[in-house]
Amino acid sequence: MKELNDLKLKVLDLLKEDARRTPILMATMIGATEAEIVTAINELESDHVIVKYAAVVNWSKVEDEKVTALIEVQITPERGRGFEGIAERIYLYPQVKSVYLMSGAYDLLVEVEGHDLREVANFVSEKLSTIDSVLSTKTNFILKKYKQAGIIYEDQEVEPRLMISP
Amino acid sequence: MILNEEGAQVQKKSMESYLAPLVRDIAPSGIRKFFDLVSANKDIITLGVGEPDFVTPWHVREACVYSLERGRTGYTSNAGTPELREAIGQYLYDSFNVAYEPSNQILVTVGGSEAIDLALRALIVPGDEILIPEPCYISYSPITTIGGGIPIGIETNAENGFKLTAEGLEAKITPKSKILMLCYPSNPTGAIMTYEDWLPIAKVIEKHDLIVISDEIYAELTYSDSKHVSFSSIPGMKERTLLVSGFSKAFAMTGWRMGYVCAHEDFIAAMLKIHQYTVMCAPVMGQVAALEALTNGLREKDRMVESYNQRRRLIVQGFRDIGLDCHEPQGAFYAFPSIQETGLSSDEFAQRLLVEAKVAAVPGNVFGLGGEGFLRCSYATSVAQLSEALERIGGFVDHLKKG
Repeated sequence: MKELNDLKLKVLDLLKEDARRTPILMATMIGATEAEIVTAINELESDHVIVKYAAVVNWSKVEDEKVTALIEVQITPERGRGFEGIAERIYLYPQVKSVYLMSGAYDLLVEVEGHDLREVANFVSEKLSTIDSVLSTKTNFILKKYKQAGIIYEDQEVEPRLMISP
Repeated sequence: MILNEEGAQVQKKSMESYLAPLVRDIAPSGIRKFFDLVSANKDIITLGVGEPDFVTPWHVREACVYSLERGRTGYTSNAGTPELREAIGQYLYDSFNVAYEPSNQILVTVGGSEAIDLALRALIVPGDEILIPEPCYISYSPITTIGGGIPIGIETNAENGFKLTAEGLEAKITPKSKILMLCYPSNPTGAIMTYEDWLPIAKVIEKHDLIVISDEIYAELTYSDSKHVSFSSIPGMKERTLLVSGFSKAFAMTGWRMGYVCAHEDFIAAMLKIHQYTVMCAPVMGQVAALEALTNGLREKDRMVESYNQRRRLIVQGFRDIGLDCHEPQGAFYAFPSIQETGLSSDEFAQRLLVEAKVAAVPGNVFGLGGEGFLRCSYATSVAQLSEALERIGGFVDHLKKG
């Protein structure tokens, strides 16, 4: 693991808050030159520290709402490769949004997104459960998202500040 | 209708005539006047707010909620809970290298404002002169007058970074001078004082036997490695200094009204008398929250300071890009750009900016001597709002130049 310098950490913090910030804006905020910021971003991208820039979408606001399930998967690890090979088989499916190796009662937590319940159910029964090493699955559908990636979905009531104060 | 003893009708006295002349004659605050103007306009971006835009960190609010659930709703000891005074003493020692005895040298107050009021009331003999470097926080002068003192402004200027100088101070000293009121980091200029800046001031204080009320409410908000130097930490000054601070700015706790004052035990004992007969004690829920802030809130505080620093750079660069002279504020969360080259007064500029560009900022003249020709702009607001405000101000200034 690489140790990042202070400048890169600050760039990451600013981009994490708002990925659309321009290098010139960040340069002013951090007190660096635009060229230094551009170099830092390029290095962060080529080192795969920054993996992608994506919007956090509140799908419940959109008509075409999606269904998300968190599936607890128990598996038998493979000799020599442990969980890696099975994890790869699972995460390569495009409907799988994230895969985590977990401690505790099950081994993998798989986030699956589909257009409706049937699509997710079919994926679990036809693809996931049929993998040889998979011992069991337990599907938990997400009913409502309150907070994701540190962002609260509900419009928070904010006490209005005075417009002018001493 | 009021009749006199003979049954004749007499003119009813105005209600105002019952007021104490001292209070009646105090002019309404310039900020208040501007507040009314802002309220009448819509879609305003405001840079006029002297408080953090952060909500008090959740763990601080939660500590208060939990304490309420357990039924902690009574009075505390007049000076504040022993735990909180202990924590304040430790915090000041760790942060600013000043040592106060929690049992008799620290008093917890209802905001820094009460602490300043107590300090002035405990010290002023009617007719005493209180020296106040200006531009400064708008309350110092009226609160001095209410206490029976005479406020004497000491003008500071942009060329000198709005710092108080020994010469400037000494020029205003008379036999009636008793107290020097300090506020560094400064509201409204963002100026700070270094150790070297303080030393000659301390000599003048000693020579003229003055007492200092040092409002250090913005102490934690300093930037560019300019660590705050408490006036109390200057050799020989602790005995003469009443250090006032609180939780409003650094811990985003303005509405809690939690402050404190640290001083020689004789001063604290005098202030405690007024405090116990007027407010009894600071609210217990605020004290619980303040203790949590000091105990577990330093990381959150640092995060907020870093965020102010980023926005400080943004606003200063923004004003310079617009072509307005802006000295670099080293503390607090205000920029104080000069608008002199536009040819407008602070009042005119602020009012036209509000009406024509929908940006609210406070005209510098309301902060006293040396404030005319400047604008106070708080950068305790989001980056998006700041960027939009700067764009609007730029457009407004361009329009003025062409016009």
